[in-house]
Amino acid sequence: MRFGWRRAAYLAVALGVLAGAAMPLSHAPAPGLFARPGVLAATLATAALYGAAAAVAGWLSVAATFAGVLLGCAATLVLLHDPTIAGTAASGFWLLVVANWGAAWLGVAGLAAIRTHERAISSAIDLAIPLLFGAFVFYLWEVAVRGFGVPTVLVPAPSLIAVRFFGSLWMLWQDFFQTFVLGVLIGYAIGCSAGFLVAVVAHRYTFLGRGLLPIGNFVSALPIVGIAPIMVMWFGFDWPSKAAVVVVITFFPMLVNTLAGLDAAGHIERDLMRSYGAGHRQTLQKLHLPAAMPFIFNALKINSTLAFIGAIVAEFFGTPTLGIGFRISIEAGRMALDMVWAEIALAAIVGMAFYGLVALAERATTFWHPSFRT
Amino acid sequence: MTSSALAPAAPVQSRLHLPLARIAPVTIIVIALMALWYVAAVLMNLNLVRQAFERDEIHYTTGQLIAGTLEAERPILPAPHQILATFADDVFDWPVTSPRSLVFHSWVTLSATFLGFVLGATFGIVLAVLIVHARTLQKSLLPWIICSQMVPILAIAPIVIVVLGSIGLRGLLPKALISAYLCFFPVTIGVVKGLNSPDPIQRDLMRTWSASPAQIFWKLRWPSAVPFLFTSLKVSITISLIGAIVAELPTGAQAGIGARLLAGSYYGQTIQIWAALFAASLLAVGLIGIVDVVEHWVARLMGGHK
Repeated sequence: MRFGWRRAAYLAVALGVLAGAAMPLSHAPAPGLFARPGVLAATLATAALYGAAAAVAGWLSVAATFAGVLLGCAATLVLLHDPTIAGTAASGFWLLVVANWGAAWLGVAGLAAIRTHERAISSAIDLAIPLLFGAFVFYLWEVAVRGFGVPTVLVPAPSLIAVRFFGSLWMLWQDFFQTFVLGVLIGYAIGCSAGFLVAVVAHRYTFLGRGLLPIGNFVSALPIVGIAPIMVMWFGFDWPSKAAVVVVITFFPMLVNTLAGLDAAGHIERDLMRSYGAGHRQTLQKLHLPAAMPFIFNALKINSTLAFIGAIVAEFFGTPTLGIGFRISIEAGRMALDMVWAEIALAAIVGMAFYGLVALAERATTFWHPSFRT
Repeated sequence: MTSSALAPAAPVQSRLHLPLARIAPVTIIVIALMALWYVAAVLMNLNLVRQAFERDEIHYTTGQLIAGTLEAERPILPAPHQILATFADDVFDWPVTSPRSLVFHSWVTLSATFLGFVLGATFGIVLAVLIVHARTLQKSLLPWIICSQMVPILAIAPIVIVVLGSIGLRGLLPKALISAYLCFFPVTIGVVKGLNSPDPIQRDLMRTWSASPAQIFWKLRWPSAVPFLFTSLKVSITISLIGAIVAELPTGAQAGIGARLLAGSYYGQTIQIWAALFAASLLAVGLIGIVDVVEHWVARLMGGHK
C-alpha cells in the first residue's frame, strides 16, 4: 500500500480532531469535551471516520469523509449553543473547525478526482461539488461569527438571517413585487423588445445599421445607471421610473447583440435563400432570426443582471416606502443588518432564478447551437 | 458579460483610414439624434416655460417661447448646448480643488475606479490561474463565481460601506472594494478562457520538450491569455467606473460623480445631473482608451501582429 500525501493528509485531520478534543474549548471557564459525552462521542467518531477514509479509496473514502464532516460540523454547532463557548471559543474549538475544513477539502478533491463514464453520475458530481462547497462556506461563516462573537451590527450569522428571512416573508414578497415584478420585468420586456425591433428595422436598412452599431457599442460602455435620478424626476417615485431606467439600460445591449446576430448568417446561406427566391421577410424569418438567436439570448442574459441592478439603483433616488433597494438602504441606516442580508438573499435568489430561466429558455430554443452539443 | 462577449475582438484593419462608408452613417445618425433631442427639449419644456411667462404676465411670441425652452434654468430636459455650457463652466471656471469643480469630483471617482480596477483585475487574474491549475477549485469555485454575478451586487454596496465604516475603513477603500468586486469577474472568466485556449497539440509539444509546469505557463498559456485579458480589462474598467459611481450613492458621499448626481437630484438641478453624466461618459471613453493604448503597446512588445 502506497503511503501518499492523501493518506497523510487524512491522518493529519484525524489527529487534528483528536488534538482539538484534548485542548481547551473556551477562554472562559467552561466544561471540557470530556464532560459532554454526546459531543465527545461524535468527535471521536469523526476522527475514526477520517482515519477510515485514509485506509480506503474511491467512493468509500469520499463517503466516510463526508459522514465525518457532517458529524464534526454538527458537534461544533452544538458546542456553540453553550454560552460559555460562543464568543470566547479557544484553540481546541478552532482546531476542530479547521480539521473539518481540511477534511471537507479532501472530500471535495476526492469527489472531483472520481472519473466515471456514466453521464448521470458525472453531472451529479458536477452539481454536488459546488453545493457542498457552498454549504461549507455557510458553515464557516456561522461558526466564525458565533465563535468569535462578531456583533450582529457588523455581520449577522446565516442562521439569524434565515430566521429573519422566514419571519418577514410578507414584507419580502411586497418588496419583491414592487422591485422585480413592476420595475424589472416590465422594463425588461419593454427595453428588450424595443431593442430587438429597432435592430430588425436597422437590419432592413443597411445605412441605419451601420450608423447605429458603433453608437450602440459606444453607449453600452457608458455608465447609463446615472440616468436614474433623471428618470425619477420625470416619472415620479413609483415603479414607472424604475421601469424607465431598466428600459434604457436593457435597450442598447439588445440592439447591439441583435444587430450582430442578424449579420451572423453566412454568405452561402444567404445565397441559398436568394436562389430559392425568398423575399426579405422570408429570409428574415427562416434564416436571419434563427441565426441571431444565440446573440439575442446573450443579450437577454446580460440584461437580466443589468435590469436588476438598474432598478435597485433607481430606488436609491426615491421610492414609495417599498422595494428591495429602499429596504436595504433604510435598514442599513437603522443597523438592522439581519433584515438587510435577508433582502440580499432575496435579491440573490431572484437574480439567479431570473438568469436561470433565461438560460433554460435558451437551451430549449437554441439546442442546435454548437456550444450545447458537446 | 457572458463568455462570447469576452472573446478578443478581430483586429481592426486600419485606424486612420476609416472609409467614408463607415463615417457617414454614424455622423448623420448622430446629427439626427441631436436634432431629435432639441425637438424633445422644446416639447418637454414647453409647458414649464409657458407657465413661467403667464405667471409673470409677459406677452410672448412663439419664437420667444421656443427660445425660452432652450434656456430654461431648471428644464425637464436640458438642450445639449446647455449641458455643454454647464460642463465647461464646472470644469474650467473653478479651481480644481473646489467642490464646485467637476474635475475635483471626477478625480475622486477616478481614484476609486483605478484602485478598484487594480485590486479586481489582480484578484481576477490570480483566481483564474488557480482555477486553471486546480481541478477541485475549478469544480467547486467556478459555479459560485458565475452565481455571484447573477446577484445584483450593487445591493450589497451599502452594507460593505457600513461594515467597513464601522471597523474604521472610510473614504476611498470601501468604494474601491465595491468596484473590485464588480470587475474581477470578467477578468477571471476571460483569463480562464485564455489560459485554456492553447491547442492540445501545443501543450503536447511543450511536454515533448519536457517543459516544467512553470515553463508551460509562462511560455505558452500566459502569452495566449493576454489578448483575452485585455478584452476583459476593457469590460471591467467600465464596470469599475459604474461601481465607483454607484458606491457613492447610498453613503451620501460628499464628493464624486455619484454624489454630484445625488445632489443634483435633491435640488432639482437637471443640467448639473446631465453635466455629471457627460463627465462620466468622457471618463468611460478615456479609461477604455487607456486600456486600448496599453494593449497595443503590450502587443508590440510581445511581437504581435496588431
